[in-house]
Parts: sequence; C-alpha cells; structure tokens
Amino acid sequence: MLIVACIKQVPDTTQVQIDPVTNTLIRDGIPFIVNPYDTHALEEALRLKDRFGCRVAAISMGPPNAEATLKKALALGVDHAILLSDRVFGGADTLATSNVLAAAIRKLHEEVDQVGLVLCGKQTIDGDTAQVGPGIASRLEYQQLTLVDRIVDLNLSENKIRVSRKLEGRHEIVDAPLPAMLTVVRELNRPRYPRVPMRLAAATATVEVWNNQILKLDEQKIGLKGSPTWVSKIFSPDRAQGEILGDGYADPEGTAELLIEKLLAKDMLPI
Amino acid sequence: MTPNPTIFTVLLVASLAVFAWGCWKRLSLISLGQSEDRFDNIGSRIGEMLLYAFGQKRVLAKPFGINHFVIFWSFIILLIANTEFLLHGVFPAISLAKLPDGIYFPLLLALDIVSLLALLAVVIAAVRRVVSPPYPEARTPEAFFILSLIGILMLAYFGINGAKIAAMQEGTLAVARTWMPVSAQFATLVPAASGEVVHGFSWWAHAFALLAFMCYLPHSKHMHILTAIPNCFFRRLEKPNTVPREDFSPGNTFGVAQVDRYSWKDLLDSFSCTECGRCQKVCPASITGKPLNPRAVVHDIKVNLLENGPSLKNGEQPQVPLIGEQGEGSISEESIWGCTTCGACMEACPVFIEQMPKIIQLRRHLVETEANFPEELLNLFENMEGRSNPWGIAPSERTKWCSQMEVKPFDKHATEYLFYVGCAGSFDSRNKHVSVAMAQLLDKAGISWGILGKDEKCCGDSVRRLGNEYVFDKMARENVALFRERGVKKVITQCPHCFSTLKNDYRQYGIELEVIHHSELLRNLVQDGRLKLDKTTSEMGATVFHDSCYLGRHNDVYDAPRQVVEAATGKAPAEMERNRNNAFCCGAGGGRMWMEEHTGERINLTRVTEALQEKPDTVCVACPYCLTMFEDGLKDVKADNVKVRDVAEIMAEALLRP
Repeated sequence: MLIVACIKQVPDTTQVQIDPVTNTLIRDGIPFIVNPYDTHALEEALRLKDRFGCRVAAISMGPPNAEATLKKALALGVDHAILLSDRVFGGADTLATSNVLAAAIRKLHEEVDQVGLVLCGKQTIDGDTAQVGPGIASRLEYQQLTLVDRIVDLNLSENKIRVSRKLEGRHEIVDAPLPAMLTVVRELNRPRYPRVPMRLAAATATVEVWNNQILKLDEQKIGLKGSPTWVSKIFSPDRAQGEILGDGYADPEGTAELLIEKLLAKDMLPI
Repeated sequence: MTPNPTIFTVLLVASLAVFAWGCWKRLSLISLGQSEDRFDNIGSRIGEMLLYAFGQKRVLAKPFGINHFVIFWSFIILLIANTEFLLHGVFPAISLAKLPDGIYFPLLLALDIVSLLALLAVVIAAVRRVVSPPYPEARTPEAFFILSLIGILMLAYFGINGAKIAAMQEGTLAVARTWMPVSAQFATLVPAASGEVVHGFSWWAHAFALLAFMCYLPHSKHMHILTAIPNCFFRRLEKPNTVPREDFSPGNTFGVAQVDRYSWKDLLDSFSCTECGRCQKVCPASITGKPLNPRAVVHDIKVNLLENGPSLKNGEQPQVPLIGEQGEGSISEESIWGCTTCGACMEACPVFIEQMPKIIQLRRHLVETEANFPEELLNLFENMEGRSNPWGIAPSERTKWCSQMEVKPFDKHATEYLFYVGCAGSFDSRNKHVSVAMAQLLDKAGISWGILGKDEKCCGDSVRRLGNEYVFDKMARENVALFRERGVKKVITQCPHCFSTLKNDYRQYGIELEVIHHSELLRNLVQDGRLKLDKTTSEMGATVFHDSCYLGRHNDVYDAPRQVVEAATGKAPAEMERNRNNAFCCGAGGGRMWMEEHTGERINLTRVTEALQEKPDTVCVACPYCLTMFEDGLKDVKADNVKVRDVAEIMAEALLRP
C-alpha cells in the first residue's frame, strides 16, 4: 500500500508583513517552511510506514524552489518525493490545486502502488481555506475524514480505518473504508527530527518533477484558468492601539496599582 | 628462606611477562581510537608534563594532595632501590654498595627517610579512606590492596636492612646508625638469634610485594602510574572550551556510539583516571543528585573499551553498547543529557582528563544519528535552524530592544566595534535592559559601535553543546560568512556563550575575531578614563558576584566583572564559598537552559542558596543565562527582594542615573 502525504511550502507567516500600499504580502527574503500542519500529516504517514511497512510518497505543488520542502521530506524518510511544478499550475485556487494533486495521486496509484491513504494538514497557514484536502477526496472519490487527531485503528486486511476527529468541545470516532483522505491537526503526533545521514542523502537525492506534460490535465481545469476564485485584496485589519501603563520593570507594584485603578474605573473588577 | 637467585629469576621473568602482557593488552587498545594530533609544541608539552606530572601542581591544589606528592616522589626515588633489588636478586654481584661511600651513604640516608615518608603517607591514606573517603564509593578493596602492597614494600625494606644492621659489628654499626637511622631503629626490634630468618622473610616479602604490584598494576586503576605522565604531556594546550568539528561527508558516522570512535587521547584519558573523584565533587549534576558523574563516565568508557576491545580489534561489532541504561550499556542517556558543560571537572582533574568533549560526542550520536533527545529540545533545534534564535521569534524583532534609542548599523568604514547583542539581549524581555544599559554606556564612552540588526544570527552555542553539530556547522558557516562580508574584526558581546563561541569555536572556521566581553570592555573604559565615574551607586546595597562558567573557567576572565562592580559601587563584591575557577554553575550551560530538570535538586537553587549565605542585596552576574537562572531561583526560594543585575546595569546605574 502507498500512503501519500500532501505537503506545501509556505512563507514563514510570523515573518511576513503586508505592504500597506499594494496590500500584498511582502515575500522578499522571507524564509519558507513546510506548512506546520502538513508536518504532522507527513509524520503520521512515516509512523504507518514504520508500523506496517507500507511506502510513503510526499507530493507538493509549487514553484521549483519548493524542492527544498520535498528534500526535507526525503530527509525524514519518505520513499518518493514528487514536485508538481509547471507555469500552467500557477495562480491556482483550491479547486484547481486539488485537480492537480488528485491527478498526481491517481498516477501514483496506477504506476507505483495502490493508494490506501492520503494525508493532508488540516489547512495551510498562508491560505487558511482548509479546502484542498477535502477537494482531493472529492476528485478521487475517497472517504473524507477531516480534523483527525488520532488514528484509532487501521486494519489493512479488512481495508478499514477508525479515526478520532477533534471537533469543538467534543471528539467524534468515525469508521470508514479505505481509500481515505485525512486532514490532520497538530495533536495527532510529534513530528520526528531528521537524522544527519538521511539529511546528507536527501541533499544529493533528486526530487522528481512532474509538469503538465506528464499529468496531461485540461488547462481549463488548472492554474489561473481553472480557478473560479481569486484574491482581490489582502490587508491587515485595523487594531485599536493599546495603552502602555507605567514601567513594569522599574516599578512593578506601582504599575499593578495603575492597572487595578484602570480596571476599577471601567468597572471590570468585581469587588 | 635465603634469597635464591634462580628461583627469583624465574619469578621475575614470569612477573615481567605478566606485566608486559597486561600493559600491552590494555595500552594496545588505545590504538583503536581515532587519530588526533597531540604532538605539536613539544617544548611546552614537556614543560607542562614537568609542572603537572612531576611537579604535581594540580594534585597539590587540594590539601590532601601533599600526601600523594609524597607517595609519588617516594616512588620515583625508590625506583633506585627497587631497581637495585631486582638486579641484585638475579645477579647478587650487583649492588649499590659498590658506589663510593661519598655517594652510597647519602643515598642510603635518602632511601631510608623516603621509605619512612612513604610508609607514613600510605598509612595516612588508608586511614583517610576509612574515616573520610574522597567519596563514599572510594572504599574499594582495590584501593586498600594497593595501599597494603606499598606498606608491605616499605616494611620489608626496613626488615631487610634492620636484619642486616642487627648483625653488624660495632664499627660498621655506627656508620649504619648515622646513614640508615630508621632501619637502625627496626634493627633493635630484631631478636639476636633470628637475624637471618628476619632478613630472608623480609627479602621474600619485598620480592613478592614488588612482583605482585608489577603484575597487578596494569589491571587496576593504578595503571595511572604509567599513563598519567604521558596524559599530562598530551593534554590540550589550549583550554578545552570547544569540541572538534565534524566532517559531514556522506557515509561518515557522527558522534560516538562505539568506544573506538573516540580519539586515542580519549582512550588514554580513560586509562589515566585513578578515580580520585575530584571531578564529581565539583560537578553540578553529581552534586545535585543527577545520574551524571564525570568520574563514572571516564571509568565506564574504560570498562567498555576493555569489554569490547577484543571484538573491535577483530573488526567485529562491540558486545556492550557504549550508550544504554544500566545493564544494557555503559553510559545512560540521562547522564549524557545532565552535563551543563561548565568545565568544573576538567578544571579539577589533576591529569587533564577531558570529560566534557567526551559527553558532547555522545550527545552528537544521539542527536545526529538517532534523532533521540529530550522532547523539549525539538522546538529549540527547529527554532535555531529555522529562525536562528532559541525561541523562534521572527528575526525582524531583533532590533526591538533599541526601538527607543538611536543605534547605528555596523559599517566597517564608519564603526569600529560590532556589538553582537545575542539572542537573550535581543529577545528576552529582562535581558533587553542589559542591552540598553550597554548601548548607553558605549555611547557615553564615545565608542564607535554598530549592530547587525535583523541580520544578526544566533551564534549556535546551545546547539553545539547539545551535540547538534550539523545545525551548528550551518550556523557557524553563515555567521562567519556574514562577518567576513561585513568586514567585522572587533566584537563586543554581553553573553559569555556568544563570547566563547565567536572567540574559540569560530576559530575552527578560519576566522580570528577580536572578541571582548562587555565586562572586560567596561573595565578597560573605566581604567583608561573614558568612562569617568565621579560617584558610585549605593542602589545595589551589599553585592555578591557569581562567575559565569563560559567567562571564567572556559576563558579565564575573572577580574574584569568584579572590577566593574567595584568601580561602580565603591566596594568589591562579596565572594561566594565557591568562586572563580571553582565557581558553581547556574545550571543553564550546555543547552540545559532549554531543558527540564527532573531529577534531584535544582542546580540554580543550590547556587542561589549559596549566594544568599553572603546576605546580598544584589547578585551581580555577567551572563544572560545566569541572570535568568538567578532571578528564577530567587523567586523559587521567596527571596526576590534580592536583585539580580548584570555588571553593565550596575555600571549604568552609577554613571547614568541622576
């Protein structure tokens, strides 16, 4: 069985600022990271590999420099790393993206091994839509299990899975037949740390690149053309400026007094 | 009972064979180690050997060392007598007595007195080991066996000579009484009729003790008699404040998980340890009840080498893993992670065993080859690699500490010094105050300085000490490239960890920076009048100074911070019981800053309690880690009325506040 982990290279959003004039992200010089939720998807795939001996493929759609993300996956122990990269894939929204990823998974299924599970992070930290995973499930007609915080049971002989979904204030235990697409939350696991020999091997390994000549998708369904939605504007909402009270370092007690006075004046402290 | 040259020759040859075989079996294992050049500067090496091995300088640093000094030099002098004894036993014609009287008689006197001193020293050593051993486990049968053998040797020496003197006639007797006063006293105990029996018995006792000692030596910790002298010769001539680089070529192994991955010098170290326990008595981990014991680490390396030596020699896999919990391997993971790399053990070791680099090598294996480390380090490693600071804060926030003041960027044409603020100074809310104080003082003194701002990166100290050499290597390369590109030559640091890393570790990357710790710079500025103190501050009250390990022990900067405090407050800070090169770590070095402390007492609480004995109003520090550990510790013991201040803050208080 093959497990596919979908991972995305995202800008380190804690370091991203928005250009106040153009309302776009200033991405110059911002380091890229693997989308944090995806690292948990990848980890779970690798744990299943350790447990069941299945193979793991990591796939990512992005520009050529997203190769770095896949090399990280190789350093962690995936068997296949495939970059889906082509100019015609660019400008894609979640629908067009899921079309490309689904096509790649289908190709892996046909050419490498039968795909049993697709694992995605619950969302990316740059787009925050949480739609690509479910989109892949729809395109491939896989079972869709979102917000998974635990794989309770995976029975390969009976081809079924039982997971726990983390919902607001409650957990849901769901059974599903394979193949299934899971989106995962951070609580699922603690990602492993790469071993140096693997890092060195990954550094010289080649990441397979699949463009549209390989995937042969209808250009109307991919990239900008295949995207019914687009971002018209990005802005940071105005935030009311706070007030700095006193000097907590020089005079902690006096500062606490100031705060108490303020809270009392606003009737926010029960007496 | 009379000495019999034939029997003795047979015994001697057999003993020599056993001795040589024992030495060969053990010392040949040293050649299993990796190569390392310790043959440079032969001249200074000889000097160090004379001073520390023959001069016993470090042995004498502790009061009881005098006892060892006596035994050591007795041994050296008695080599003459014992060599004669062995030769005489085989060839009775050979005897020191053939020397001219002018040499022979004083020699007899010297040997007589030295034998008495050695006997006394051995008795004292045995009594001490019973009454007040260096550490509880030191009361080993082995120790008493060796002491008894030496005692028997001395008593037998007096027995042989006493019996000879008892048989002497009036004329020669007078000479013997003059030149062998101790033996002459023994002679009075020899019954008139049994002189020959006493002589024969003593002679054989001496022979057996000497040969037994020879046979036993290579199999015991007393092997140090043979190895300690070369170990002083091969010591690191520079302070062992860093670890060697690793070669990240594919196919290499990283760190040490198998004893033969250590260098030959590491293995020689293990044979040079006589388990005196001085290292464990200063180790913050051992003292506070952690499983780490530097003496045990060195000992366990030796035992592992002995156990695995035969297989390793045959190119086979080792039988006993070097790393593993008790019963499974030689050194437990918890002890490996317990080290604060404070260097106290290496400072205390009389024969310059390097414990810290050995522990870091084990960490390297765990981190780099196994990715097996305490879970709280995962974030640290990722933050360091991803954002070049321990907390993972965005690099753009590196300049927030100076948002209220004007600070120039470093420019090689316009600024002399780079102020390398460091991660704590840039991001830690408490330590930002130190950075501000330092910046104000630099301006006040008219120093030409600048910062790298958001381009500054972490020096990588913690990851290197934690064994993540791969990430350190990347960080060091980046920093060295950045320093070169910007033309950085002179650097001011306020963190001893940045200080030592830039100064000592980066030298391995081919960059020689002139790095100055802020305490040294401030001291210099006061001394040459660029910082004029026309008043002192009384704000600090009674002060006590705490040495940072990476400033003091690892880099020998002890006086500068004290002088800064004295200049600013008008009074030298009080000293804690353990100070300067004997100072006790705050607990945060070696990456321990980022780890939980689950076992035993907390190291910082131990140190805080020690500081409080001096009844201070202010604890003076010169390191961001120490600052944090002390503030936390004082809160924990409900003594946060005591302030903790960096020396720069104290100086700023005196100079800049109205």
